[in-house]
Amino acid sequence: MFQPRSIQSSMTLRDKIMSMDYVLVLSILLLGIISMFAMYSTDGGKFDYHTKSHILRFGVFFLMFLVISLFQIRLWYQTSTLLYLSFFILLLGVKYFGLTSSGSQRWLNFYFMNLQPSELMKIGLILFLAKYYHRISTQDVNRIKFLFLPVVALVAPVLLVVAQPDLGTSILIALGGITVSWLAGVRVKFFAYASILFISLTPIAIAFLKPYQKARILTFLNPDRDPLGAGYQIIQSKIAIGSGGIFGKGFLNGSQSYLDYLPEKHTDFIFTLFSEEFGFVGSLFILVLYSIIIFRLINIGDVTRSSFGKLYCYSFATAFFIYVAVNMGMVLGLLPIVGAPLPIMSYGGSSMLAIMLGLGIAMSCKIYKDTPVN
Amino acid sequence: MINFGSGNTVIKSKLISRRMFVLTAAKTIVFCGIFGRLVSLQINEATKYKTLSDKNRFREWKLAPQRGIIRDYFGKEIAANEKVYQLHITPENSPNLETLFFRLKTMLNLSDKRIFYLKRKIAKQKPWEPIIVSDNLTWSEFSRINLFLHELPGVEPIVSVARQYPDQSTAHLVGYVSQVSQKDLQKKEYLKDMSVGIAVGKTGLENKLDKDIIGKVGFQRYEVNAFGKRIKQIQIDPGESGKNYRTTLDLEVQKYTSEVLEDKAASVCVMDIYNGDIITMASSPSYDPNSFVHGIDKKYWNQLISNEKKPLNNKAIAGLYPPGSTIKIIVALSALENGIWNPKKYLNCSGVTELYGEKFHCWKKKGHGPMNMRSAIQRSCDVYFYEVARLLGVDRLSETAKKFGLGKKVLDGFIEERTGVVPSTAWKRKFIGKNWYLGETLHSGIGQGYFQSTPLQLCLMTAQIANGGFEIKPRVLTSEKKNNLREYIKYKNENPNEPLPIDMLVSNFDLKPLFRNQENINFVKDAMFAATNEAGGTSFRSRYNDQKFMFAGKTGSSQIKRFTELQRELEIKQKDIDYKDRDHALFVAFAPYSDPKYAISVVVEHGGTGSGSAAPIAKKVIKKVLERDQLRENVKNLSGEEI
Repeated sequence: MFQPRSIQSSMTLRDKIMSMDYVLVLSILLLGIISMFAMYSTDGGKFDYHTKSHILRFGVFFLMFLVISLFQIRLWYQTSTLLYLSFFILLLGVKYFGLTSSGSQRWLNFYFMNLQPSELMKIGLILFLAKYYHRISTQDVNRIKFLFLPVVALVAPVLLVVAQPDLGTSILIALGGITVSWLAGVRVKFFAYASILFISLTPIAIAFLKPYQKARILTFLNPDRDPLGAGYQIIQSKIAIGSGGIFGKGFLNGSQSYLDYLPEKHTDFIFTLFSEEFGFVGSLFILVLYSIIIFRLINIGDVTRSSFGKLYCYSFATAFFIYVAVNMGMVLGLLPIVGAPLPIMSYGGSSMLAIMLGLGIAMSCKIYKDTPVN
Repeated sequence: MINFGSGNTVIKSKLISRRMFVLTAAKTIVFCGIFGRLVSLQINEATKYKTLSDKNRFREWKLAPQRGIIRDYFGKEIAANEKVYQLHITPENSPNLETLFFRLKTMLNLSDKRIFYLKRKIAKQKPWEPIIVSDNLTWSEFSRINLFLHELPGVEPIVSVARQYPDQSTAHLVGYVSQVSQKDLQKKEYLKDMSVGIAVGKTGLENKLDKDIIGKVGFQRYEVNAFGKRIKQIQIDPGESGKNYRTTLDLEVQKYTSEVLEDKAASVCVMDIYNGDIITMASSPSYDPNSFVHGIDKKYWNQLISNEKKPLNNKAIAGLYPPGSTIKIIVALSALENGIWNPKKYLNCSGVTELYGEKFHCWKKKGHGPMNMRSAIQRSCDVYFYEVARLLGVDRLSETAKKFGLGKKVLDGFIEERTGVVPSTAWKRKFIGKNWYLGETLHSGIGQGYFQSTPLQLCLMTAQIANGGFEIKPRVLTSEKKNNLREYIKYKNENPNEPLPIDMLVSNFDLKPLFRNQENINFVKDAMFAATNEAGGTSFRSRYNDQKFMFAGKTGSSQIKRFTELQRELEIKQKDIDYKDRDHALFVAFAPYSDPKYAISVVVEHGGTGSGSAAPIAKKVIKKVLERDQLRENVKNLSGEEI
């Protein structure tokens, strides 16, 4: 059942590279290349700022992903608490030193990039909880005193992000944390209690929502409520996707995005742009690529022996799925506009960094699938 | 601490895998949902969204067409287009409309009311559709706007064209254009897809021809971005200018007539007696039709409507006057045609006749003495015609009068034209609800009482007598149609011994004779000759001795107020009573007598007597028309395009 430790530790670089999941690597690469073309289209068919910057980021972070994959999984296990805490400190830093843009304070200014720590926290929380649940026994999982720390670890960053305000990211962080807890075996009743508590607190929370956030929720319920205001994005996005038809309007011919009817076209609405230009066939291709990535991540979870590895891969796969589903649901008018980027495809350094970090750790689980973490 | 490899780990792994299975199932369901949504949007509803996308993408701007030009017979413009300077605002290009209006208010002297109106209009239309703030800027206003243009975003100074009427004399016939009103939009279907700011014909020819003269609206289709900026032109349809028209009018004669009329409340119509071409249709006093094009000034408007001479009224077709003694030619004709009167029959006129217990006066107090029908027409003896009318009866008179063009509209499509009245027993029962009195027949016999006619009707009546008694259709626009009447007359002159009876002959030429016996027509023409050219005739003083200009006419005056016995005793002259109470003066004639070509009617409101004020005007106009007859003949065959 167990392979000797010596074999694992004596893996050569070649062995490591050979044991990577190439379907996953190729899928990511393919998606990255597609995203470059999409970005080129958002620049109006010119090799412009967004395209250049996106290619550079993808290139750098894709290399980072490969390098991270080669690190021992034990390293990520050991540093997970540290990572979580440092991300938390960065979030606190945002509160005091953050850059404000369009009404919300989300970024820290580093010399080479504006970092959005809330994106990193998506991975940090999963790592932290995976380690936590790896360490406690199955029996202890549902004991109240062992529930205390995960709840604090989840709620604290979520509150900080909500306060930025960034409802979308905070929900995504929370969903990641909840997924780990669910997989670790926390009883359904606790989730039920939490839901009841959450629902009963909602009216109070709504009172604290910014007017634009309230408008977004109302608009989701009825997009025609204010077609030139908050409903504009949903309506225009649906028009763009719908008008793409089966085969799309053709590369660089998406009139909705080309003529600036699409808001945030290189970030949250990148899928809309692609879908308008490449139609149903193109959209389906993207959906299939994401499915493959998620499937491969789950597969890594299946083959990894350690509970940490399993918890992490499953949770990250689920979180990755949630990011994709929320973004697509949003642009397709199935969910309110909350501001959630599409992994890999959307323009944005922090999101790309976080996703590549997450994928790298998952790949590290694959390479060191038989290595114990402690 | 849990150790690696303990049984706990296995349990844990199983738990995690079990719970993961649930999540995987959920993921599959959600992705299926997204797939379903894509199918619904991109396959099922693709057409709907494609339409919506195009609606976003394309915007259309309408291009106002140029109105067609109206010319006279010789090709001179009587309704033209001129360059104007306009100021448009595109609301979406202006960051702040309030400040913009504030600035424009001082620059252009806009009233608060106008600004309020403009703002309301902006609120109603699409933000990229321009509105016209001012459609006729002076050069100094236009240059001032251009100077400050960089401070006035959203403002567009535009050089456009607008209607321009070179001469006031044609104002009534041509009419004028003005801003589209709600009523126009309801009445005129074709205005629906016209752009805002287009001028629409309100009266006269401008109104009659509006549908074709207004042109076809064009459009420019642009691809625009979300901010309304034009990205590229997709399609352009320049539209079509309106049709140009050539009228039968002679602007020279029209102008001359206007000058002759001075500021009298009067009208003159001149008609070609063979083809019905209207050479002149003047109404006086006139007004400036240009003042309506850009919205009329209130002061000028008040001045126009308070003027007792009614300058806005087209007296030639909308003025109703009792025909007075001019009707006598119809009474005589009707009596002869119905065979109830021998023209040689003499009656003695003592100045008054008493019938049915009522006194009927002749205009000449002393009486004319013995009169036959020719001299009764020549001298316009009322007493003679009382007797003719009495025997004729109003219904037979009415039949003849209607046949010759009285009591019905002469032209097509002129909204201002009025019908007039040719009284009959049936008419009185229907419209007044009373029986006819015999005394009223006598009044009708001298063109008073219920009789009402327009100057153009009188002109047509005269023309149809002058041409030998054939029906003609008066017209204002030139037509390519063959002139059958002229051909018939030419044929008859060339074949004096034509054996065919006249009624068969005219039907070969597709003519409609209005007589039973053409001799009766000739009799009336001869009597009219006598009235102008023989001593004692009512218009003898206005005659021409030159054969070339010699005309034959009949005077008339229609009473406004009945003379009292006292006034009659005192022999009060028309010029001595109030303007408002003076008789209308009428005169109808045709010329030249030897080879008639034109008929004329002159009506001078409150002019006193026909011989005193109407006939001298006719004399001058007839000369002018005949002098230009050869010129007119020369351009006869030119079509509108060649001119």
